[in-house]
Amino acid sequence: MSDTNPTPNLPPLTRKEFESGQSVRWCPGCGSFSVLAQVQKTLPTLGVPREKFVFVSGIGCSSRFPYYLNTYGLHTIHGRAPAIATGLKLTRPELEVWVATGDGDALSIGGNHLIHALRRNVGLKIILFNNRIYGMTKGQSSPTSVLGQKTKSAPFGNIDLPLSPLSLALGAEATFVARSIDAEPKHLGEMLERVARHRGTALLEVFQNCVVFNDKAFGGLLDKDTKADRQLVLEHGKPMLFGKERSKGLRFSPRTFTPEVVELGRDGITEAALLVHDERATSPGLAFMLAGLTPPDFPTPLGVLRAVERPVYEQVVHENERIAVETQGLGSLESLLGAGESWEVR
Amino acid sequence: MHHDQERAAQQPPEHLESVTIRFAGDSGDGMQLVGMELAKASARQGNDLATLPNYPAEIRAPAGSLSGVSGFQLQFGARRVYTPGDKPEVLVVMSPAALKVNLGELRPAGMIIANRDGFSDRALGLAGYSSNPLTDGSLAGYAVHAIDLGTLAETALDGLGLAHKEVARCKNYVALGLLFRMYDRAPEPELASIRARFAKKNPLFGEANARAFRAGFDYAENTETLPRYHVPPASIRPGRYRHVTGNQATALGLTAAAHLAGLRLYLGSYPISPATEILHELALLRQHRVIAFQTEDEIAAVTSCIGASFGGALAATNTSGPGLALMSEGLSLAVMLELPLVVVDVQRGGPSTGLPTKTEQADLLFAVHGRHAESPLPVLAAATPADCFEMTIEASRIALKYMTPVLLLTDGFLALSAEPWRIPEPAELPRLKVSLRTDPKGFAPYLRDPKTLARPWAVPGTPGLEHRIGGLEKDFVTGAISYDPVNHERMVEVRARKIAGIADDIAPLEVQGKPEGELLVLGWGSTYGAICAAVGAARAAGKRVSQAHLRHLNPLPRNTGEVLRRFRRVLVPENNAGQLGRLLREELLVDTVGLDVVQARPLKVGEIAEKIEELLQP
Ligand code: SF4
Repeated sequence: MSDTNPTPNLPPLTRKEFESGQSVRWCPGCGSFSVLAQVQKTLPTLGVPREKFVFVSGIGCSSRFPYYLNTYGLHTIHGRAPAIATGLKLTRPELEVWVATGDGDALSIGGNHLIHALRRNVGLKIILFNNRIYGMTKGQSSPTSVLGQKTKSAPFGNIDLPLSPLSLALGAEATFVARSIDAEPKHLGEMLERVARHRGTALLEVFQNCVVFNDKAFGGLLDKDTKADRQLVLEHGKPMLFGKERSKGLRFSPRTFTPEVVELGRDGITEAALLVHDERATSPGLAFMLAGLTPPDFPTPLGVLRAVERPVYEQVVHENERIAVETQGLGSLESLLGAGESWEVR
Repeated sequence: MHHDQERAAQQPPEHLESVTIRFAGDSGDGMQLVGMELAKASARQGNDLATLPNYPAEIRAPAGSLSGVSGFQLQFGARRVYTPGDKPEVLVVMSPAALKVNLGELRPAGMIIANRDGFSDRALGLAGYSSNPLTDGSLAGYAVHAIDLGTLAETALDGLGLAHKEVARCKNYVALGLLFRMYDRAPEPELASIRARFAKKNPLFGEANARAFRAGFDYAENTETLPRYHVPPASIRPGRYRHVTGNQATALGLTAAAHLAGLRLYLGSYPISPATEILHELALLRQHRVIAFQTEDEIAAVTSCIGASFGGALAATNTSGPGLALMSEGLSLAVMLELPLVVVDVQRGGPSTGLPTKTEQADLLFAVHGRHAESPLPVLAAATPADCFEMTIEASRIALKYMTPVLLLTDGFLALSAEPWRIPEPAELPRLKVSLRTDPKGFAPYLRDPKTLARPWAVPGTPGLEHRIGGLEKDFVTGAISYDPVNHERMVEVRARKIAGIADDIAPLEVQGKPEGELLVLGWGSTYGAICAAVGAARAAGKRVSQAHLRHLNPLPRNTGEVLRRFRRVLVPENNAGQLGRLLREELLVDTVGLDVVQARPLKVGEIAEKIEELLQP
């Protein structure tokens, strides 16, 4: 059996070894298939033995994810995956702990756990499947459903302002915040690789199409004719250019200091006037601005909004433990029972 | 009266079997400290004892106000002491507010030692007194000793160069010295310990407090009005002892269990009274590889435990009723995942916020039944503060052996009260054998041990055992998701049978006294001490009454029904509206007589004794 469980000095793992063999139960055409394929493709490239991976999920369509990977997996209860994963990562920091969650799971019922995992910077890799709808319960509004979206629970149109998972994550001081989309497998694969390599909590929002209850929610972003104008693909150190001819750009208006879309060449505007993406900026200001960009006035940013370093929670915990053991000696049953003020009765 | 006391002071000290003293003052008066020091000295001199602090719910209530009074009660004796005492015989008060709040509890003809300096017009006004009770004759039924503790401190500390406020803060040590003399405790060890306590931080304060203590001691020595007592040593099992509160014993027990099992201890915890001290204690034990993690809420507390347990740690969480309610869904997941996990519910007065710093035993039925669907788990209860140590180890043993969440019930009374605990030798403790699954051959996550019905514990990182489990129902054999109706029923049945089978692996219910007869007093949890004292007294008076105490509530010890049926009547005293009575009827079809006290305070020995008396009337 051990030959199917390679260690780093054995031949690299293949995608096949990460397939669980369980039949996948998503609806045909569901965007989640693409995420699964990219994850199965990415994991073998990381040089980590298969048994070190744990996928934790909550409830919802996307939370079926762990069943389809031949790693350790925990399919738990609604919204709690980040908390469960935190307990695991704190006690077993050497494991690669991933979280598969959805917009309802992570942002509605589990919002509290998500923000606390992010602010602590626990080494979790969170994939947030955002389809802007409740799929598993058949079509109610989610926290990311757009205004006016007709759902089973809002038949006359959603009146709850949607929240941006990325703004929320940045507000929670997340060290890694990125966005991709199911239908751009190459970009998605790159983002997953970045997630895998980040130290600390990584949050990747994936726009995921729910063919059954919210089909083409991201259609505009993908339409061949319009996609170049609607996507702003971020690259660190590069100016924020987009459009078919890459003739449009983003800058801060010199007067109002708010973002605006400009046309290169018009009014003497050159590339030099454009914002340059800096995912490593200490201040989350730029990332916040990007997270707030929504159509129709702005393109939708895809890519890494923020990737900064901060002490990783479980490492701090274990470092403190190491120091305690070093200064006080490793605790034992004897030292535990022997501590404290005591007296002898004869 | 004065004449009598004078004679008492000149005579050799009077022998006492036991005494109950209550200290009361403003939160800043240091009454807890004085009480605990007297407790330690009594333990050093071989007495048995029990203590209970009493904190106001408000953190910083206005000085001198009735709501700001805190207290500390202590009973020590030359015999076995089971409780901190019902009503105190001696009340030491630093202020009029402290007197007003506590006078009602003082025994008739009890003694009051009052800090006369503290009874200023302003303080009297704050407490709502229109005249000074120390002088207006309203305390005529008591033996009142009004002593200027503050003035004594001032005189003793003259020349030390301390500010007036600092001098005033030493008056609790004057009171302590006074009581040391009154109860014949050796002053030297205390003087040494006072100086040692302040040696590092501020030796000057050490000196000041030592002098204050001495002043109190000398005052009692020289005055003719204060009586003197001697409480001889009790016969106590030899060994090394320390004081523990229930919460401390729980923290120690969890850490000890982790050592015994060779596992890391993980505590996921959200602050809630009166359970929080367990988190505080465990946060100090990093060198024991304890991870004490303050979560964002109780839901995360229990679910992070599930993650830690999946990873192979001994996972535990501590909470009180409202927190347990939030954990309910997570606990059902733990039942479904069949992962070991210990939940300590330090019960308090409820429902809702209720009386958050007070004690109650009203979570019993919630602990046994309070989860959705068929979701059984073992429920245990600790009987005394020190028993919390043993029962956390027992809870861990069951959790690890049977791969199940376990609920341990303690309460606000056990949590805060302290008693001397004989520190066990490591060899006296059970080994908590844990065998993690490593062999991939024939592995399926829900294939059970035929004897315990426990499933294997296969933790991430083990090559070849990669598997996925979750909250969905599983196939009996393969552990894969299954919606098969018959399989579901089989799984419900086996989960129930696993828990029920634990009855074969726990101590049978033991009867103290005759194994059959007229009356059995059956308790559970913190009522133990009061029941022991009441039954002990009744038996000493020739009454035919037996006693038994449940530490396992689910499953009940196998012989419970049989034991109960051997008595004509079974009295169940509880700090709730009759929950154990209901459980026994449901489980065993045995009727009991309840003594239900829901006043968010521990049961009193006296009220149990009265009930015993009543039930034994021909
Ligand atoms: S309901 Fe929607 S999200 Fe769920 S599996 Fe079907 S297509 Fe995918």
